[in-house]
Amino acid sequence: MSDSTSRLNRTTPARPVANPPGHGRNYARRYWLFALPAAIVVAAVIVFPWIFTLFMSVHDWKVSGSTPFVGMANYAKMLIDDRFQMAMVRTLVFTAASVVAPVLLGVWAAVCFASNFRLRGLARTIFVLPMMATPVAISLVWTMMFHPQLGVLNYLLSLMGLPPSAWVYDSATVIPTLVMVETWQWTPLVMLIVLGGIASLPQDPYEAATLDGANNWQMFRHITLPLAWPFIVVAAVIRMIDALKAFDTIYVITLGGPGTASETLNILLYQTAFAYYDLGYGSAMVVVFFVLILLISMLLLHVRQKQVLQ
Amino acid sequence: MSRFTTINRVKRLAGRFGLYFSVLMLISPAILFFLWMLSLAFKNEADNTAFPPVFIPNPPTFDNFIDVFAKNDFLTYTINSVIVSFTATGLALLFGVPAGYGIAKANASKAAVLILIARVTPGLSYLIPLFLLFQWLGLIGTLVPLVITHLVITVPIVVWIMIGFFEGLPAELEEAALVDGATIWQAFRYVAMPLARPGITVAMILAFIFSWNNFIFGVVLAGRSTRTLPVAVYNVLTFEQISWGPLAAAALVVTAPVLLLTLLMQKEIVAGLTAGGVKGG
Repeated sequence: MSDSTSRLNRTTPARPVANPPGHGRNYARRYWLFALPAAIVVAAVIVFPWIFTLFMSVHDWKVSGSTPFVGMANYAKMLIDDRFQMAMVRTLVFTAASVVAPVLLGVWAAVCFASNFRLRGLARTIFVLPMMATPVAISLVWTMMFHPQLGVLNYLLSLMGLPPSAWVYDSATVIPTLVMVETWQWTPLVMLIVLGGIASLPQDPYEAATLDGANNWQMFRHITLPLAWPFIVVAAVIRMIDALKAFDTIYVITLGGPGTASETLNILLYQTAFAYYDLGYGSAMVVVFFVLILLISMLLLHVRQKQVLQ
Repeated sequence: MSRFTTINRVKRLAGRFGLYFSVLMLISPAILFFLWMLSLAFKNEADNTAFPPVFIPNPPTFDNFIDVFAKNDFLTYTINSVIVSFTATGLALLFGVPAGYGIAKANASKAAVLILIARVTPGLSYLIPLFLLFQWLGLIGTLVPLVITHLVITVPIVVWIMIGFFEGLPAELEEAALVDGATIWQAFRYVAMPLARPGITVAMILAFIFSWNNFIFGVVLAGRSTRTLPVAVYNVLTFEQISWGPLAAAALVVTAPVLLLTLLMQKEIVAGLTAGGVKGG
């Protein structure tokens, strides 16, 4: 029935004008066919792992041998597992710092890159390079720079008359150092999102403010900041998700060390599953981790929806 | 009046100076980092471990690069990386471009949410089940698991960018084609897709870069001969404790294609990243 009406409608020239096919209900079902191949791929490589992870998380699953059903035992274990809880705390601390610093710097950078100046394109490209470069490669170079005796960073500190730092070789400084790497790497993404926001702002308020003699700071504080706020929030949420997921840099630079001083959830997860081969417990951790991230992405969706409404 | 303009000019000049100073402060960490990377890669071993550090390679040497390719099977790893990233990107375009069109046209925001969830899921969480699956299928040690897992990165990037792009296209042209009796496949293939070519380029570049950069899937799924470049470089670290020259040279070899691509296609890359906040893995 609906098939025949859509065929009929297509021969009626007036209809697309009144109800464009892009939004017409009649076509919706056929447009789904376009998404079918991708849906199959997504089901196989994305949805299947989610479901299978849930299944494994309620089993005592080692790489070989039988896999008895253990109910919620793996989840209960997390409640008494100090290592897991410490990893959780570390992850949250790391994430909080890795959101605040890049967002502050990213907003500053976006304001700078929003104004016109010579070589702006080149400067912006250079600024973006850290987030495009291969994480393993940059992590290796950072590792060399952190070397306590021969590293260039301690030399630079000594030039400024500061005492050397142990960087990633001391449990007190390892997290701040990793936050520094994360900030260096991901401030550009915040900058790009906020810059996109600033670029879409209307020009009239700025012109009016200039006529009224407002200075740059006042214009930033009272025009740019409130108008670009939704974009800053989106950037912060994206940054939060990525910081929670941070893996490559921490894995390469410290592997969670010294000791377990920089072992975040993701690193512990990796160790549990692929070093100790405790796949059941690892899967349970994935589920908890996933719920944590999902809660935060729902925040993102909420913010996005609000933006659409505006 | 003239005094007023003088004050304004001084103010403007100070503003300009502040702006240039800010930009310099913001980009210097990136500049210094990559210069130091180049310096390490082109210095001989004695200069690399000298303290205080030697900054300018004098004379610059290619020994580190020769060393990397001689001691490791870097050629194989490069070919692996090329195969995996090109295949994963190609397949993602094949599946993802029509999907982006379908989702955009059907206004299917729920499907978009699924893509968004895929974007926020940690790459590691796919690995446990897929690792078991590939083991069971006897595929560990081939490139197939790598290509398939890289689809986890590339498909969401392509779909997400294409949804945005197709939503932004004016609908009139396709409507005209449909009125003239074209099927919706023809409207997509001959009207919408050519218009979306810039979007496809952006999606392709970003999918390729994030696939190329991926480390986590390779480190679990790759065998000795199927390592991708990031995994191979990580192994240079493990086996040659403190030989910085070759290590930096290896790091440069891996990341140079990506850096060059970023410099050449900066407009497309900035557009894509601004739109989607995309990131792989």
